[in-house]
Amino acid sequence: MKQSVTVSKTQEMKLANAAKVVLSKFKIKTPKFEVKTILKKVIVPLASILLFIGLWHMGAKALFNVEADFKIQKALTDQGQEAADAMAACIASGDISCQPNTLPSPAQVWESFNTLIADHKVISADKLAFKEKTAALNAKRIAEGKEPITYTGRPSFVDQIFTSLKTVFAGFVLAFLIAVPIGVVIGLSETLRNSFNWLIQVFKPVSPVVWLLLVFMIVKTMTKDSNSDSAFIISFISVGLCAMWATLVNTALGVSSVDKDYINVAKVLKLGPLQKVFKVILPSSLPLIFTGLRITLSVAWMVLIAIELLAQSPGLGSFVWEEFQNGANDSNSKIIVAMFIIGIIGFLLDRIMLTIQNMVSFNKNATA
Amino acid sequence: MVVEEIKAKESHENGIAFPSDKIMLDLKDLKKVYPTPKGDYVVLEHLNLQILKEEFVTIIGHSGCGKTTMLSMIAGLNPISGGNIAVLGNPIKGPGPDRGVIFQSPSLMPWMTALQNVLLGVNRVFPHATKAQRKEIAKYYLHKVGLDGAFYKKANELSQGMQQRVGIARAFAIKPKVLLLDEPFGMLDSLTRGELQDILIEIWNKEKITAVMITHDVDEAIFLADRVVMMTSGPRAKIGDILNIDFERPRTRKAVLEHDDYYKYRKHLIDFLEH
Repeated sequence: MKQSVTVSKTQEMKLANAAKVVLSKFKIKTPKFEVKTILKKVIVPLASILLFIGLWHMGAKALFNVEADFKIQKALTDQGQEAADAMAACIASGDISCQPNTLPSPAQVWESFNTLIADHKVISADKLAFKEKTAALNAKRIAEGKEPITYTGRPSFVDQIFTSLKTVFAGFVLAFLIAVPIGVVIGLSETLRNSFNWLIQVFKPVSPVVWLLLVFMIVKTMTKDSNSDSAFIISFISVGLCAMWATLVNTALGVSSVDKDYINVAKVLKLGPLQKVFKVILPSSLPLIFTGLRITLSVAWMVLIAIELLAQSPGLGSFVWEEFQNGANDSNSKIIVAMFIIGIIGFLLDRIMLTIQNMVSFNKNATA
Repeated sequence: MVVEEIKAKESHENGIAFPSDKIMLDLKDLKKVYPTPKGDYVVLEHLNLQILKEEFVTIIGHSGCGKTTMLSMIAGLNPISGGNIAVLGNPIKGPGPDRGVIFQSPSLMPWMTALQNVLLGVNRVFPHATKAQRKEIAKYYLHKVGLDGAFYKKANELSQGMQQRVGIARAFAIKPKVLLLDEPFGMLDSLTRGELQDILIEIWNKEKITAVMITHDVDEAIFLADRVVMMTSGPRAKIGDILNIDFERPRTRKAVLEHDDYYKYRKHLIDFLEH
């Protein structure tokens, strides 16, 4: 017995040694270190998500109970005990007709998300069918010089996302085209900078809504004779005008604060004005210009929702507003779905800009 | 004080004695004034200095005495309040590539490669050369400063010492008439400084470009210079004394350190600075 124990022990040791050899051969990192990193990088962030969902769930439940109690109480005072009991039973049964309308729970939001995706699949199938059906007819119409027939059905949630992205991108390009050249020009001249400062300071804090109204006044008149999509034009111009200020200010700052050493080098080499701008001033202010563009993009995305909502332009903003007006049973959870989608897309856009910023800037220390 | 003024006057008159066809850089009665709310602050006054063709002059003096002000006035980066500066008899008008500058910080464009940084000047000075020729020039000087493997490295990837090597290459590559060096090795550790001094003097021996260099380092001043110019402390700084260094060229550090006159020169400079 004793012998067998010792034998097995030596065998164990042999095995352990073999394992060590294998481990060292494959250069596997010590597990202790890995546990720590996994804890840091995976478990704690995961726990934070769970905590968030848990708190949300409990909060939604509490609000649900408050709303349900109120409904039962109301039935009791208005119609008596019988109605109250019926209401309580109805709420407990989960019947759609009598559900309290309040903050949806995570499960409901997830369900709505799936509904929206399913809805999108149905609509895109519908669209495809429509396209196939009208393909021959449209070809004929185009040949005859007529407008082709287009699908005019309800856009799906995913379509709305792409519409919003299109609008924000157009607005961003507009902001870029206005803010960077002006920023460079006023950055180069102190006189211009001082004389235009009031304009920047006054218009920078103006609310998106007011910009929208201003753009509306102008675009409405200008597009009177054309049948172009004025809602889209109005919303992307408003987005651009709201969002361009960060880029304008940052570009002007970047251009005006180029390292004096670089300017001295340019002076000693007697670079011409164009060469000075393109070889020295612009490259050295690129990091700040990109910081501005990053802020511009996130502001553009943020104001877009409000502007779409007001401009009756299709997109996530109008989706949210329509759902709110709609007041259907799952409207609230669809709004929350939209909220998450908006947040996630905003985050992704910011990451993309950060990546580009790190690529172009020479001091690799831009951070989130 | 009186002694110093006499010395200054002597050196002033010494300068006048140079034949005019040998003078590269002529500072006459130079003055620099900064207006302040409490009245004018005179940095430099009655400053006279002649620097000869193919001469290496180092300028030494206490911090804040106006050495850098003087150098940036020669470079044309700082306006002149009085007197004038002439290169080969022609008064200077602003900065220009006839006066190359090596700055205290390397001042390379960090988004450009070493080669592009040198080319920035070369392209400007030799606009009629072909692209290949200009590249050849830039590469030649980068090779001279020992940066053969770093042509295509971004300037911000190079160490401080390597960046300053690029700075040296950039300044020589534009073939200036005068080279102005503003404490170019002040920010380097002493080992790197020694290396760069050797590189600088090696290229200079070949190119013989008139050089004016500011330094805080007495040994550096002696090792590199034909003449060491000592400036009095500001305000109203001027030339205090000039010391001729008669070591033969090309010099080696070892020969200079072992030379009998070395400590004599050193003592002279330190006596002046501690005065």
